[in-house]
Amino acid sequence: MDLILTYLKVFVTGGLICLIGQILIDKTRLTPARILVTFVTAGAILTGLGIYQYIVDFGSAGATVPISGFGYSLAKGVIQEIDKIGFLGIFTGGVKATAAGIAAAVFFGYFCALFSKSDIK
Amino acid sequence: MNYTKLNMNEQEYSDYVDAHSKKSPIVKNCTLAFIVGGFICIIGQIFTDIFQHYGLSFKTASTYSTILLVLIAAILTAFKLYAKIGKFAGAGSIVPITGFSNSIVSPAIEYKTEGVVLGIGANMFKIAGPVLVYGICTSTLIGIVYWLIKLI
Repeated sequence: MDLILTYLKVFVTGGLICLIGQILIDKTRLTPARILVTFVTAGAILTGLGIYQYIVDFGSAGATVPISGFGYSLAKGVIQEIDKIGFLGIFTGGVKATAAGIAAAVFFGYFCALFSKSDIK
Repeated sequence: MNYTKLNMNEQEYSDYVDAHSKKSPIVKNCTLAFIVGGFICIIGQIFTDIFQHYGLSFKTASTYSTILLVLIAAILTAFKLYAKIGKFAGAGSIVPITGFSNSIVSPAIEYKTEGVVLGIGANMFKIAGPVLVYGICTSTLIGIVYWLIKLI
């Protein structure tokens, strides 16, 4: 029963974040690139204000899988690293916390593009 | 007659386009975005739970989950399947991390003919680049503010 409730929270949280994105696309004609940038920035700012942590606590993957969760990881990484090593953490914390995601996206992205057929019509 | 008028100003043209372009069915779009987006997040949660079940810490498990989602989306994009999901899911396939992965692979394939350096290498970051720039700049600014507050 607990498991179902957890998954329901994940579904609703993730769904709602995507719904906001869809409203932005439909109402403002923002391009996907601008949507992604808006969400990553919003995620980081909300984390800095201490709000996004509550959303993550409630929705777990529902809040971390959307790209706003990438902003959350960046900002949280920076804050934690400042607590640990001080000033240098401002510059090392963010990328350190998201290194796996960035490296995976670049590596898999490159090889998938390399082995995929480019279809020119 | 309205459509014969050739010297329309910007506002008139914008109204003209609005009147003639198909109205996007916003309720249907939002429902699909909600369902697909929520579903992708559930897959992420399932991966995390499985990794945790095999003894990994929450942090490590969710990192592996992210890597796996990125890999799956990259493969789906390479086989032109992600675009099919995107066609009806809209933001539901753009906003999750899988959309970030798709935004890297998709232009890379498109510009592949321009070579492996300036074709794939440069165009991989057409959308992912701005995301990294804004994400890192924002979080660094937050870091500076946080550091200053701690100082006081």
